[in-house]
Amino acid sequence: MISNTYTVLNPTGLHVRPIKTFVEAASKFPCKITVMCNGKKANGKSSLSMLTLGVKMNDEVTLEIDGENEEEAMQTLGALLVQIHE
Amino acid sequence: MNRITEHNLKGIAASPGIAIARAVLLESEEYIPEKAQVASAEQETARFRAAVEDAKAQIESIRESTEQKLGKEKAEIFEGHLMLLEDPELIDAVIDLIEGDSVNAEYALYEVSQSFIVMLSELEDETLRARATDIRDIRGRIMNSLRGVKGGDLGQLQEECVIIARDLTPSDTAQLNLDAVRGFITEIGSRTSHSAIMARSLDVPAIVGVGEGISAIQSGDLIVMDATEGKVWISPDADALAAFQTKKAVYDKRKAELAAWVNKPSVSEDGHRVELAANIGNLEDVQKALDNGAEGIGLFRTEFLYMGRATLPTEEEQFQSYKYVLEKMEGKPVVIRTLDIGGDKELPYMDLPKESNPFLGQRALRLCLANEELFRTQLRALLRASRFGNLKIMFPMIAVREELLEAKRILEEEKQSLIQAGAEVSDSIEIGMMIEIPSAAISADLFAPHVDFFSIGTNDLIQYTMAADRMNETVSYLYQPSHPSILRLIRMVIEAARQEGKWVGMCGEMAGDPNAVPLLLGLGLHEFSMSAGTILQTREMIGNLSYAKWQSHAKHALTLGGQREVQSYAQEQLQGGKQS
Repeated sequence: MISNTYTVLNPTGLHVRPIKTFVEAASKFPCKITVMCNGKKANGKSSLSMLTLGVKMNDEVTLEIDGENEEEAMQTLGALLVQIHE
Repeated sequence: MNRITEHNLKGIAASPGIAIARAVLLESEEYIPEKAQVASAEQETARFRAAVEDAKAQIESIRESTEQKLGKEKAEIFEGHLMLLEDPELIDAVIDLIEGDSVNAEYALYEVSQSFIVMLSELEDETLRARATDIRDIRGRIMNSLRGVKGGDLGQLQEECVIIARDLTPSDTAQLNLDAVRGFITEIGSRTSHSAIMARSLDVPAIVGVGEGISAIQSGDLIVMDATEGKVWISPDADALAAFQTKKAVYDKRKAELAAWVNKPSVSEDGHRVELAANIGNLEDVQKALDNGAEGIGLFRTEFLYMGRATLPTEEEQFQSYKYVLEKMEGKPVVIRTLDIGGDKELPYMDLPKESNPFLGQRALRLCLANEELFRTQLRALLRASRFGNLKIMFPMIAVREELLEAKRILEEEKQSLIQAGAEVSDSIEIGMMIEIPSAAISADLFAPHVDFFSIGTNDLIQYTMAADRMNETVSYLYQPSHPSILRLIRMVIEAARQEGKWVGMCGEMAGDPNAVPLLLGLGLHEFSMSAGTILQTREMIGNLSYAKWQSHAKHALTLGGQREVQSYAQEQLQGGKQS
């Protein structure tokens, strides 16, 4: 299992659209993906679960990835967390 | 009897404008299912899956029609809904509950979705909180399919109306005949709720969050809504109605007049071209600048990147923000000011020493030069972002030439090391400085050969010139933008730049002040940067001014005795100009 922490830069935090992009990417990986923020945990393959984290701009988000292809998943998904969406 | 005040409702003005039309109420009673045991959990699961598929098909067709009616961007919300219908935490959890407890699908769906609605409603962020409406929306759709109930058809609206609802779901608005809708009033919601966003994109007024008082409105009531103030009147009497109709006509006319200036260049009556730009303080302001016809960003305050967080922003984080703004502006000029912090604007994680006179202390560039790593990180992020648009870098709070030269030297060093490392850096980045300290204004000719532009920061320039804190009410009378001393400093800066063929902008409040704009035009200011909301009225004003005449008026204003004399002289010329 590996984990890493990122700061979310999108001005409106993680709302519907960035979460959609994230979840679509996460769902392509076979490994277990857990996203943690503000003391809450979410399933990285569920947009609903991700929404309940309430991630705002400048929040720190920890990605915990376990299983096959975990390194590659970390790289792809970490980049999405810091990306700025329209 | 005064019925106007009697039925006054107040809410949040979420989309500006005035509407007068009959009310149409959207019912939003929610079905709460009973819990029941089922004989075959397997059959119940199949029934649930079929209802989900049915909901997907409905949403797909709404998505298509929304895309045709309102465009791809507005249709995206339904892609989000389709995704929710495949969400493992929702769909699998409902099935687990059906199978684990042998309960009916309606109950399982309600229970599982309710837990998410509650979680979302408790979030701090109002945009995310509003997503509870999306869950209700898809839940209602699956529920209707399970129950064999058809949803209400809102497409029938023919006559002009104001929609009254508890809250609007995306499905509701997608099915409305939007041509007939003149406004929205909702019981709950905020500026970022779906109905508010929809109203803004349709360009009709919206007042949200008026509260329980909304129940006073009956279908068919004549509604007056003034969404410039967030106020609602129900069935006003004839006199009041006539007054509102006049107010609406004036408002709509003014709005149309200003809208006509959005895509026009900023040119005086006699053909002198200037540039009207926007001041922005965060990434969301960029769209507002574009919507208001900004020809560029004249001041991008980068402080927001540093504030409200626990550590310094990394180079990558800053790079992403600068790139976003540059790309969004599509080649229009973007002046980014390096960090202006210190003194009164504190960063807890920097541990800056307390100063007895922060406005005269180690702030802005002074702080950056003393904390070089902080400065270099920002410069690298700027340089790396430069290839994504038309970047201009501006240094704040420069008093003497050595500071400018030192900042430029560090910038050049970072540029060379980035290029050596293989990074792509634009070779046409303009470098400028703010003029906000009187020493810099008076000796602008010493700086001009070393910069590509000046931008006059009037808020600080006035406060330093008058030695008066403008937040201190007892001396606020000394905040006099049109005082000849300020105008003379501005002229000195413009003259010094002209000698060297450089341009001068202004990014303080004065640049959008209708009392000052004619004089600034006459003094030869090239770029006026202001809050986005005042750009169109300024462009209209400049379009009606003669540059040649105001050149001589401004020259005369410099010789007058004080701000009062300057302002009344300018007023006389403006009025005289209209008659001639």
